[in-house]
Amino acid sequence: MAHTLLSCRNVSASVDEKPILHDVDLDVAAGEVHVLMGPNGAGKSTLGHVLMGDPTYELTSGTVLFDGDDITGLSPDKRSRTGLFLSFQAPVEIPGVPLRSFLRTMVDAHDIAMKNKEFKRRTKELAEALDMDTVYLDRELGVGFSGGEKKKVEMLQLLLLQPKLAILDETDSGLDVDALSIVSRGMELYRKECDGTLLIITHNTRILEQLHVDRTHVMVDGHMVAEGPASLIDEIDAQGFERYESLVADAR
Amino acid sequence: MGNEVTITASGKRRTQVADVDRVKYDFRYDDADAEKLDAGLTPDIVREISERKNEPAWMLEHRLHSLEVYNDMTMSDWGPSIAGLDMDNIVTYVKPPTEQQSDWESVPENIKDTFDRLGIPQAERAYLAGVGAQYDSELVYHSMQETASEMGIVYSGIEEALQGEYAELIESKFMTLIPPTDHKFAALHGAIWSGGSFVYVPKGVKLDFPLQSYFRLNAKGAGQFEHTLIIVEDDASLHFIEGCSAPKYNVANLHAGAVELFVGKRAHLRYSTIENWSKNMYNLNTKRCRCDEEGEIEWISGSFGSHVGYLYPMSILAGRKARASFTGITFAGRGQNLDTGCKVVLAAPETSASVETKGISKDGGIQTFRSSVIATPKAEGSRCSVSCQSLMLDDRSRSDTIPAMDIRCKNVDIGHEATIGRIGDDKIFYLMTRGVSEEEARTMIVNGFAEPISKELPLEYAVEMNNLIKLEMEGAIG
Repeated sequence: MAHTLLSCRNVSASVDEKPILHDVDLDVAAGEVHVLMGPNGAGKSTLGHVLMGDPTYELTSGTVLFDGDDITGLSPDKRSRTGLFLSFQAPVEIPGVPLRSFLRTMVDAHDIAMKNKEFKRRTKELAEALDMDTVYLDRELGVGFSGGEKKKVEMLQLLLLQPKLAILDETDSGLDVDALSIVSRGMELYRKECDGTLLIITHNTRILEQLHVDRTHVMVDGHMVAEGPASLIDEIDAQGFERYESLVADAR
Repeated sequence: MGNEVTITASGKRRTQVADVDRVKYDFRYDDADAEKLDAGLTPDIVREISERKNEPAWMLEHRLHSLEVYNDMTMSDWGPSIAGLDMDNIVTYVKPPTEQQSDWESVPENIKDTFDRLGIPQAERAYLAGVGAQYDSELVYHSMQETASEMGIVYSGIEEALQGEYAELIESKFMTLIPPTDHKFAALHGAIWSGGSFVYVPKGVKLDFPLQSYFRLNAKGAGQFEHTLIIVEDDASLHFIEGCSAPKYNVANLHAGAVELFVGKRAHLRYSTIENWSKNMYNLNTKRCRCDEEGEIEWISGSFGSHVGYLYPMSILAGRKARASFTGITFAGRGQNLDTGCKVVLAAPETSASVETKGISKDGGIQTFRSSVIATPKAEGSRCSVSCQSLMLDDRSRSDTIPAMDIRCKNVDIGHEATIGRIGDDKIFYLMTRGVSEEEARTMIVNGFAEPISKELPLEYAVEMNNLIKLEMEGAIG
């Protein structure tokens, strides 16, 4: 069996002293595909951000182990350099910073040995694989990009960095069919090229259709309430989260 | 305090009155009895300056007249405080320091480090050290001067030009755009100005590479009261780059230069400045341009240095369809209060002007954008848009916008927009999740913010500006 890549234990987090996550446990083994589901406001995105070290959230308890190391106290940039990646629901815009130079900075920050020529070739190749017009590489990061184009940029970064674990935060993103297929293609390539590990946060099961899912986790009100095989997705598709919501309500 | 400030001159000097009979000045200043020091400037001092420069009589008259205006004028009561300037002892700023830093080693460590990291050319550094590099700088200057002079362009020191064939032309223009009565520091400038450049571009001559005062000033040791006079005749074109960043390290602490620009019909002038005076400087510079019919002035202005700055380059659009654009950036860090902006006078029909500025404040720095747009009754059909964006990097810093509009003409289109913001935590977090450190993330965002300005600069200056921002941003965290 593959080794455990990510391991959360008793992770609780709050924002402005308001608790959002309660004693969350989560294990993801290397090379697996995990899906994190739950109704709106369940804390799924928060968990993604907490795993990445977002200072907006205060970690009130728990530890996060990644690839055998305790990364609980690490800043987001250090987490990134250990091989953790978060694809944002709503990527930011940075005026005046061309996408290409941002990508170069990112690659350098990761000490990925890549000469300029190779970097150019690779970014072009990835842009093409993602159906992204290469003129975007010379535009300012995110500025004036559509939702779909922003997703392409996220996927391009994922493929350029090839992290050990990618958390894809797709919750509520209201992606259209095109954007969905971009994310699907990105995941596919990531799996193919480096046998990547995925934690997909979503409640849109369409992006999962092409993908073999190993484990499904369900979160409600900041609690992990269920974990099961891929078939859990179909069950939730059919029945929704009510069952789990009442579970949490009863527990109180 | 006043008279006790008997020149501790621990650093280099830059005033061009440097060669004034040292003994005379030494006597004045070495005299421990402060009573013997004249409070303020005297006609004698002004005469001495003029005599030393062997100036025409009209210039001496001009100086003496300016001095009278100066003495009669009250200090302005708006803008950042200049209380730290010892105006009663203005002579302090005029007189050459008695000591001179003569080697690179005596320049303070942090300054040297800054120079190193800015990659200031060896020649520049050596100049700071003294003689050797002056030679190098001269060479650069001369080669440029030769190419330009083959085209009939005159580019020389203004004092030198006053002795030559352009003396009358200079007399007809000198301080007509910036009269001594304009404000107290203009009067001061009129009385004791020293050094600076004269550029004359004949009709129809278009120079396709920039003239830079950077080298020349270094070569000659520019004064803090330098006067720049540029005349671009009809259908001619020029790009002039002034100052540049670090080399003007200066221990003296008042800069009251003047820049007068005359742009002829259908002529074009781009005037770029990156100012990075040391952080003890009161930069009270006045810049003004007059554009004739269809003439165009483009200002590119970067203000990074100085303790206090007042800087509002003015464009007077005097001919029909004259145009002006102003692109500026101001970065105020710890201990800095930089009041910058620009003035536009729409004084003829169908003129147009656009102003785009960026302001950054950090570490308690204060950055104020101040603009004035005046549309005279003759401005029929003119338009002007002013846009200013400010970025505050922390809670201790301050950004203000003070736009003034004086519109005396019905059919004009004047617009102003301003935004003041902060760097979003979400942006920092995003960049950090890509492996970029917090400091690098902030620098990246600030550089991006400044990009509309840096893209207007020649590459080496753009690089330098980015480096300056990087230096300013270091240690910004925590």
